[in-house]
Amino acid sequence: MNALTKAARSMLLAELAAGMGATLKAFFKPKATINYPYEKGVLSPRFRGEHALRRYPNGEERCIACKLCEATCPAEAITIEAEPRDDGSRRTTRYDIDMTKCIYCGLCEEACPVDAIVEGPNYEFATETREELMYDKDKLLANGDRWESVLARRLELDAPYR
Amino acid sequence: MVKVTVDGIVVDVAPGSSALQACEAAGKEIPRFCYHERLSVAGNCRMCLVEVSGGRKPVASCGFPISNGMQIFTDTEVVRRARRAVMEFLLINHPLDCPICDQGGECDLQDQAFGYGADHSRYRENKRAVTDKYLGPLVKTVMTRCIQCTRCIRFSTEVAGVPELGGVSRGENLEITNYVEKALTSELSGNLIDICPVGALTSQPYAFSARPWELKRTDSIDVCDAVGTNIVMQARGASVLRIVPRINDEVNEEWLADKGRFVVDGFRRRRLDRPWVRVDGKLQPASWADAFSLIATRLKGVPGARIGAIAGDMCDAESLMALKDLMGMLGSPNIDCRQDGARYDTSRRDFYTFNTGIAGIDEADALLIVGSIPRQEAPVLNARIRRRFVDAGRGKFPIAMIGAPNADPTYTAEVLGEGPDTLGKLAAGELPFAEVLANAKNPMIIVGHGALTRPDGQAIAKACWDLAVQVNAIRPDWHGFNVLHTAASRMAGLDLGLVPGPQGRDVAGMLGGGVDVLWLMGADEFAVHDIGPDTFVIYQGHHGDAGAARADVILPGVLYAEKPGTYTNTEGRVQRAFRAVMPPGEAREDWRILRAFSEVAGRKLPYDTIEALRARIAQAHPAYGQVAHTRLGATDTTPPQAGSMAVAATPFHPVIADYYLTHAVCRASPTMETCSGIYVRPATEAAE
Repeated sequence: MNALTKAARSMLLAELAAGMGATLKAFFKPKATINYPYEKGVLSPRFRGEHALRRYPNGEERCIACKLCEATCPAEAITIEAEPRDDGSRRTTRYDIDMTKCIYCGLCEEACPVDAIVEGPNYEFATETREELMYDKDKLLANGDRWESVLARRLELDAPYR
Repeated sequence: MVKVTVDGIVVDVAPGSSALQACEAAGKEIPRFCYHERLSVAGNCRMCLVEVSGGRKPVASCGFPISNGMQIFTDTEVVRRARRAVMEFLLINHPLDCPICDQGGECDLQDQAFGYGADHSRYRENKRAVTDKYLGPLVKTVMTRCIQCTRCIRFSTEVAGVPELGGVSRGENLEITNYVEKALTSELSGNLIDICPVGALTSQPYAFSARPWELKRTDSIDVCDAVGTNIVMQARGASVLRIVPRINDEVNEEWLADKGRFVVDGFRRRRLDRPWVRVDGKLQPASWADAFSLIATRLKGVPGARIGAIAGDMCDAESLMALKDLMGMLGSPNIDCRQDGARYDTSRRDFYTFNTGIAGIDEADALLIVGSIPRQEAPVLNARIRRRFVDAGRGKFPIAMIGAPNADPTYTAEVLGEGPDTLGKLAAGELPFAEVLANAKNPMIIVGHGALTRPDGQAIAKACWDLAVQVNAIRPDWHGFNVLHTAASRMAGLDLGLVPGPQGRDVAGMLGGGVDVLWLMGADEFAVHDIGPDTFVIYQGHHGDAGAARADVILPGVLYAEKPGTYTNTEGRVQRAFRAVMPPGEAREDWRILRAFSEVAGRKLPYDTIEALRARIAQAHPAYGQVAHTRLGATDTTPPQAGSMAVAATPFHPVIADYYLTHAVCRASPTMETCSGIYVRPATEAAE
């Protein structure tokens, strides 16, 4: 390309036109961004969000205090204490997760033999204080109650791949 | 020795050994459930199958005798397939409830299924369910998990000597049961929990409280009796959650008495965790400085002869030495470690030691027990006597008892009489057992505290010594005179000289106003209410019991789990325990309290570290120079002093009224309280 052609393209704003053309093309394409928090992205059934303790359909808590999640937790975020309940069954008296320690690896969910502790789809649990992120058993069970329909559906969807 | 080849490794094993022992000698691991080193061979789990040269099929190695030149193969395809098949059969009826099973993490079946089993089961039919049995407040049963290895049956029959467990029905319907719904009547029942390879028998008080991988293990010594059982304290955080035995063939083999095992829930209850001072008749919390200055003020001007100290039954040698040194500095000859008022001649160590040694029981061939019920006073030692009795064969280890006519010792013992006058008849050869003792090569005589705590205790000890000399039981290679202690601190106390000095008062003399200031170190087992009303009482200890209730100043000491300490068992074996957990609140190690107080009192004890204190102890008694024990015979047969009283004819009384409630820690333990309510009180009430 000689100097004359180069000068002509420059004078006629050809680069600008090409750039504006690309912009115009993108203008009519579907948008890649979403309008969070009014719009939300699609989550995989395996998404690992906020923890929840689930119950059986009859209302009995699933967790049997086997402490496998506590043992497997690489961040040592889980603390469990257990003793026999009045009916002699093995239950936790304390089930704490320090959400500030948790690294959301999902090993607790993998370790659980009764699908009690799960990581649900909720990722919107930011708090104003650290203390609010020290989850106890009541908080986790309440999470489970609130999300149960979604949690059950996710497990069902993921079941064929396990 | 027999030469056997195991997987190409040639080993020499003793004739009569089993193929399993040969494999172990070669360092090969053989999976097993029913086989246990200290029980008879049952051969019913079939897990230990190996191939043997010339055999057509695999054999159970635990019961297969070796022969010279035998070749054993432990890792062939046949063996692996056989093990996998056995494991599949065992798991057919075993529930897959590992997550809620307390054995999970320390389960033989879990480990071996992982190592030798298949990855899945082909069993589709219904699993069997078995009703749980009631074995008392200590052992929890989940009989569906049982794999019928029969270790528990063999343990209770052979070791504990209470044949209360057995199997009923056969084949798939075989159930382990105690025939009648009744708590096991053994002081060794806790060992069933250790011995069960699955989660069928687990600890009731410990149920669901922790997993084995969470626990920190610390070697320690049991102080609930004077056997010096080697234990492991398993703690999580600030509390000891359970105690299990540690193997020591010289002392406890691998057993532990129930009191030493289940006393653990008393560790955190009724603890003294800060100093207290009595103000206007009421105990008020105080600081260490206040408590010390109050004692120092009270001691000012009190002559040494008006100060006294009593050491309790669970103290370590370090605190005993510090207490003795402190009393020495205060110029007091009134010091005593014998709360039960026992009388000994302390001029020679073998006058108050279990000289034969616990391991020595295995070499004895006749036994006379005087004024003692070993089953209650030292259950693990009693199991040793029973094993010797069983191993020796019928009539080869004759045992006779004087006193305790109604006690069930778990072996056949001829009751010669109820009082010490029987000793005179024995010495005169009037009883047939005199001849048995005289003909025995290694006769043993055990003198218990049922005899020594009597006013004529020393005379009885002398009579026993004389009898031992008469039957040639005291020789350079054998010492058959034995004192069976009940208090863990007694041997160390006597060794270190915690007995009244010249013109000193003993425990009885210090009561009723015998002294003005009385220092109690963990002492609760004497007539506390007989302390004179004007006596100023300092209680240094860990539990709020009788002594603390009477005290004017309470100094919080620590439990055996919370301090490193040296303990001497009844045979004079010096053993060391380590600290498992930190003490609660402001409680401090006992020797540190005494050392700190000595400075306030202006008479500083010359040691700042436990090493320096231990050096001081080693200087006071050479046996404490190292943690070791040697059994000695005796060349000097001079008898102990007989004391002032002659032998009376009154019958012996048992020294332990309630096995489960003998010291402050077990009185604070809900489990021990339950046991007492189930085992001891009904029997006492029935007797009344």
